[in-house]
Amino acid sequence: MVKNSLGREIPESFNGKAYIPYKDPHSIVPETFHIQRASRILKRNYSGSSKVVGGLREAIIASGLKDGMTISTHHHLRNGDRLLNDLVKEIDALGIRDIRIASSSIHIVHAELIPYIRKGVITALECGVNGPIGEQISKGELECPIVVRSHGGRARSVISGEVPIDVAFLAAPYCDEYGNFNGFYGPSACGSLGYAMVDAQYARKVVAVTDNLVPFPALPFTIAQNIVDIVATVDSLGDPKKIVSSTTKLTKDPMGLQIAKYAAMVIDASGYLKNGFSFQTGTGGISLAVAGHVRDMMRERKIKGSFGCGGITGFFVDMLDEGLFEGLFDVQCFDLKAVESIGRNRKHQEMSAGLYANPFNMGAVVNRLDCAILSATEIDVNFNVNVNTESSGLLLHNTGGHCDVANGAKISIIVCPSIRGRLPMVRDEVTTITTPGETVGVVITERGIAVNNHLPELKAELIRRRAPVKDIHQLRDEIYAVTGAPKPVEFTDKVVGLIEYLDGTIIDTVRTVRA
Amino acid sequence: MEIVKKGTAGTMQSSDLMVFVEPADSLKIEIESTVIKQFGYLINAKVDEVLTKNGVTAGLIRLTDRGALDYAIEARIETALQRASAA
Amino acid sequence: MADSQLRRTMLYVPGNMPSMLQNVPLFKCDSVIIDLEDAVNYAEKDAARNLVRRFLQSWKVRDKELLVRINPLYTKWGHDDLKAILPEMPDAIRFPMCETAELALELDAELAKYESANGLEIGHFGILPSIETVKSVLNAYAIATSTKRIYALAFGAEDYTASMGIARTNSGEDLMHPRMMIVMAARAAGIQAIDTVFSDINDMEGLRKETELVKRLGYSGKSLVNPRQIDIIHEAFAPRQADIDYALEVVEAIKQAQQLGTGVISLKGKMVDAPIVKRAINTLQLAYAQGLVDTPVDEEILNG
Repeated sequence: MVKNSLGREIPESFNGKAYIPYKDPHSIVPETFHIQRASRILKRNYSGSSKVVGGLREAIIASGLKDGMTISTHHHLRNGDRLLNDLVKEIDALGIRDIRIASSSIHIVHAELIPYIRKGVITALECGVNGPIGEQISKGELECPIVVRSHGGRARSVISGEVPIDVAFLAAPYCDEYGNFNGFYGPSACGSLGYAMVDAQYARKVVAVTDNLVPFPALPFTIAQNIVDIVATVDSLGDPKKIVSSTTKLTKDPMGLQIAKYAAMVIDASGYLKNGFSFQTGTGGISLAVAGHVRDMMRERKIKGSFGCGGITGFFVDMLDEGLFEGLFDVQCFDLKAVESIGRNRKHQEMSAGLYANPFNMGAVVNRLDCAILSATEIDVNFNVNVNTESSGLLLHNTGGHCDVANGAKISIIVCPSIRGRLPMVRDEVTTITTPGETVGVVITERGIAVNNHLPELKAELIRRRAPVKDIHQLRDEIYAVTGAPKPVEFTDKVVGLIEYLDGTIIDTVRTVRA
Repeated sequence: MEIVKKGTAGTMQSSDLMVFVEPADSLKIEIESTVIKQFGYLINAKVDEVLTKNGVTAGLIRLTDRGALDYAIEARIETALQRASAA
Repeated sequence: MADSQLRRTMLYVPGNMPSMLQNVPLFKCDSVIIDLEDAVNYAEKDAARNLVRRFLQSWKVRDKELLVRINPLYTKWGHDDLKAILPEMPDAIRFPMCETAELALELDAELAKYESANGLEIGHFGILPSIETVKSVLNAYAIATSTKRIYALAFGAEDYTASMGIARTNSGEDLMHPRMMIVMAARAAGIQAIDTVFSDINDMEGLRKETELVKRLGYSGKSLVNPRQIDIIHEAFAPRQADIDYALEVVEAIKQAQQLGTGVISLKGKMVDAPIVKRAINTLQLAYAQGLVDTPVDEEILNG
């Protein structure tokens, strides 16, 4: 074990692979890892005939999937996805074992995979998870080494070949028989295919899986025929109505609204809210309320923004349609209004996860962000943020773009209620570090605003405006005075997962919780 | 204070708790909480303090806590005890 | 003369709900009214009393005016409410169903009894009577002048319309007359008037219009049940820039007069008298609370 720069104990190797401990937000470069770029063999296909091989089973056979290989899917259908569950069932039926899953994310709906992990069909997860799989792994009830990556970090690991994907099974909502497809139309339309774009470029075999085979050519394509090996048809890819998670509603909670108001004050005081403003929010109720304030200020002052970014909601679509932004960069559609918009509006730009946030290229879109609103499950007095584990110690959430956006944006603003059911959200130490405090600008709770030391001008301006600026230690003390000091959760020494920073270094580990 | 009959107080809403008390020969305390890992030690201490303050030496005391703060824990136990000791 | 305490927003918080109660320190209202009356079921009156008492003990740094709405003294809970609450030192009692001066005097006597038994100054606790039946509207002036503890009259429209046998409408003409009676009685008695709750939580425009209306009538604030309404009401009570500018000129004129040692203060050829000073103080207080001026008003100067 070695300590990384944040004092977290990191194993030198995990699941047979060596890792480098986290150092700082920006100094790690590709050369650190002696990596260049994944390559895949050149192929020649002189036939113009259909690539449809039949259903999932035929596609698995045709792809040459074998024991010990790595597969991937994308999570654009989020909790409505059926493909990954159906796929693993077929893999099991074919007697294939020891498969690594390197999907872009795994949701609660994929709890169906648990029996296949127990059975040895799946033996490693090269991606973060939401829900019961992570919970059981961190309770020590389920054995499956897991490496949690951010969206940008995952793109990096696939593009660099650190995580070689043998077969990518990509849900293709609007697809032709020769493999052109997009996510805009059809019964399982999910909009942007930003996460799938990376896999389609770099996986050794690419299978387009569709429930909506349309006459050639399926235009406009997001992923084109020249990189697609196989087409498979299924009854249904899933339920796009479940793209919308319960969190994508504007908060009505008065404390949440107070936080949103403070966040708007911070954005206003930042000096970036003028023509050319660029902005990202999450889908949480507070984030959307902040977006509402930003929209109102932009309207009132006749500000024309540059771009909105990230997972895109109908809220951002309305802002684009109203002319408040020049365009939207969309890696993932968070609701059906966004899906509808991306299919009709060329200024609503689909973007790959690599373009969005891969640190190892000539500039990701997150680098151009002025202000970003991010959530947290915990924050410590050094501004480190946890979004992966809950205070119970259980791994319940994937990183998403959290550390990517914080790393890129000029000001990253964490919005979080100060207390959730007696649990203090600002505390001495977070259970897990997802995003290093060095990349966090401001922490906002309903009890006040804490500004990190690297933004002294912003702090002074907020004080001038009589905003409730508090030292983060003072914030913690006020919260502890209400809740009492929490006893830290106890962990065993058994490392069951790694939290990878976007540059590939290891920022923290997940250990099993002591019973 | 003597527990002469069953008494309950509180709700299952977030930040609240339910308290059930009933007569018993000795003192028995059962605590269930959504934050037991982090705050079990403070909840225990509060329960002991309130029972001592009210002179309760026997009875079954059951708490189902949904992240209540100390003031609410105290108030709900008091109410349950008052209801269980009233004629 | 009405006291200068800002009471734009008097927020009701249910007395038996910990999740709301413990946010009391965080709400940005001017006053909070913890409710033991309508918000609490008959079967939970004892529980609410305990909960509110323990909560108030835990709330150490009080940054806003604190009232408790007790049950009427003619119910079996009213006196127990007082007994539980007074040791926690609320600023005032919100007194429901105060139909006559006699009822106000009954509470006045109870409070005085507690004050003298506990070495508090007589008159320490204020009373905010709810004027919420047609009878109490007709008695408003007598109530307002019955005891010095009463610093404002608070209109309650729900029970008022019920006592009139009419349904409450959004247009407000049904409430125009009682609103005028109450604010006139209050002003004649030299105290504030607080308007009723606006109950449609999703109609923010309606809330804004109603608040602007009662502000024009002379009300100092509104009761409310949802903290989401606070900002709108504060905005509606914010003074206009021209009024702020004038108030600042008044302050400047007073300062100059003090420097020159002249007794009579005049501004643009017009004498600055007590009512003008009072209005200037009020304007600047509202402006400061709303962040429209950077420094709080120095009442010393103005009263000096």
